[in-house]
Amino acid sequence: MIQSLTDEAIQKNGASVGVLNTASSETNRYNYQFGFLDEYAKKEVRRTLLKAVAIPGYQVPYASREMPIARGFGTGGLQITLSLIGSNEILKVIDQGSDDSVNAVNIRKFVATTCPGVTLTRQTAEATLIQSRHRIPEKRLKFGQILVLQVPYPDPLVVVEPSEEKRKIMHGDGDYARLWVKLYEDMVKFKEITISHRYPTRINGFYVIDPSPIPRFDVPKLHQAEALCLFGAGREKKIYAVPPYTDAEPLSFSDIPFRVEDFTDEQGNRRTCQRCGSMTSFLNELIDSKGAKVYQCSDSNYCDSQLGDQK
Amino acid sequence: MGYIAIKGGETAIGQAQELLEFLRTHSFTANPLSLDQIQHQLHFLHSRVLSEGGLYHPELASLAIKQSMGDTLEAAFYLRAYRSTRPRLSETPLQGGKNMRLIRRISAAFKDIPGGQMLGPTSDYLQRLFRFELLDESPEQFRKIAKSWLQETPKEALPTTFPKVLESLRQEGLLPSVSECPNRPFDITREPIVFPVTRSAALATMARAETGSILAIAYSNMRGYGDIHPTVAELRVGYLPVQMPHLVTGELIEVGEILMTECEVVAMYDAEPNQNTPTFGLGYGACFGHNEVKAIAMAILDRALQKGMKHSPDHPSEDPEFVLLHIDGIESMGFASHYKLPHYVTFQSDLDRLRSTQNQSR
Ligand SMILES: [Zn+2]
Repeated sequence: MIQSLTDEAIQKNGASVGVLNTASSETNRYNYQFGFLDEYAKKEVRRTLLKAVAIPGYQVPYASREMPIARGFGTGGLQITLSLIGSNEILKVIDQGSDDSVNAVNIRKFVATTCPGVTLTRQTAEATLIQSRHRIPEKRLKFGQILVLQVPYPDPLVVVEPSEEKRKIMHGDGDYARLWVKLYEDMVKFKEITISHRYPTRINGFYVIDPSPIPRFDVPKLHQAEALCLFGAGREKKIYAVPPYTDAEPLSFSDIPFRVEDFTDEQGNRRTCQRCGSMTSFLNELIDSKGAKVYQCSDSNYCDSQLGDQK
Repeated sequence: MGYIAIKGGETAIGQAQELLEFLRTHSFTANPLSLDQIQHQLHFLHSRVLSEGGLYHPELASLAIKQSMGDTLEAAFYLRAYRSTRPRLSETPLQGGKNMRLIRRISAAFKDIPGGQMLGPTSDYLQRLFRFELLDESPEQFRKIAKSWLQETPKEALPTTFPKVLESLRQEGLLPSVSECPNRPFDITREPIVFPVTRSAALATMARAETGSILAIAYSNMRGYGDIHPTVAELRVGYLPVQMPHLVTGELIEVGEILMTECEVVAMYDAEPNQNTPTFGLGYGACFGHNEVKAIAMAILDRALQKGMKHSPDHPSEDPEFVLLHIDGIESMGFASHYKLPHYVTFQSDLDRLRSTQNQSR
């Protein structure tokens, strides 16, 4: 999949660079080429991706260009998306699960401007490339789809070791002892593991990754996923991957199982989406106009399609 | 839909941009700033943006200042983002600060330096009193000042280059001898920084650092979280020629020049275990544009980082990771801004953990 995507992208992008180079008039002196980034930058990202896929969970350093959106708004994910995208791509962009969140709208608009020909969609099933912040879609992704997650903190060890140089050695040694101690201390202090999101997850039995700020609810979706999951940290300049059909196991003790967010109410019933009635989705807690607490799917496309099915 | 207030953002984003544009353009005189006005009347703002943007493009730097309404972080950001669209086509040969066409050079180490001190345009000795006559200035006054300055300036030709102060110190054996730079300069825009980093990578990172950030960390060293105790051997501001090989003959030709600030500090000597004669330590700072405080801060931190790389760092300013990963304005500003983005999902997850932990403690 990556191979065919890259070939496609090189071809498409090459063509438009040719156009740019011949541009000479005063008005288009500063025009932007297809995919915004210069071709060498895209090539570097694609090489980094290949290495990341070859060593699941390993954080591959890359130079990371500045994007026209701010660091922290998804520049790592965007560089991956722009390096892979060809004009025949079908792209979906979500933030907090929603296609209409301001940041998703902004990124989608940017791609539409700089990548003419790309098809934009809200349908999870239809997309070939999905860029997301904080969620993995509810609908199970299929082989051939690529999920690009935006990453603020690529290294799960940062909670126990601030020095990058030392963390790199710890990863190399597979030394996650201090992370285990942190989980154990949580149990002693709070009788609960307090990590809410960005839950440390062991990939292919070796490297532990920060799966990006997805809720614990989404972590099991990485395990033996059919889709290729790519993680881009622009500010921290790292790329890593969970290739299709790879083990992804959240760190947990044999007597204390990993648990996802709990959506049962006081009566012990699973809360449902007040809009579509789903009893299985990740829910956002909202305060309605009367001041009452209500719950709705965080994945807007999932919620819409559930509603559509009922009609 | 609109069930989350911030959703349905397409129109909202559009209107927010229009409102910002209104904020930029509404004024009583309705005189748009020209790029020339920005480059010259806002000389230091322009210099700062050139240096933090890390792209020497005076025209686009002015446009960035105009577009960002004078926000230095944002303006530098425009240049950086634009830089991402440019391929690196070739490398220019190394240049020393000695080849600068100087507008200013001073030394705090010696009263008399070969070639002489040259104050140049500086605000160092200004009394910061308001000049209320500037409240109402006319273009005629601009022209009058220029005319009288140009008439009164003697036509004597200045030497094209001046010797470096460090050269005389080096001849006296007070400085370590220069070893040929063994490696190509590290290009932080094309290669990932992996710690431990080379001095070249550290210097490149500091050259485009955010002025306030690099100053704050250097200041911590000056105040006592460190012990560099620098002396400014030489500070120069001027135009450095840029050379490229001729496309046909391959001969080096000058293709332009860039305004730069360069600072060299000497610091109290550092005992080398395998070196018999102690020498002064050196710190180097240089950046695009006219940014003296930044160049001094950079030179001090270069010295501090060399110390931290050799021994283990005793202070934050001597720790390469601490310094180099926290002085970039585009990165720190971006990450601070990102907290304004919705965090509904992670906050939901936080709520789940807190409620569950509260239940455990009941
Ligand atoms: Zn729903």
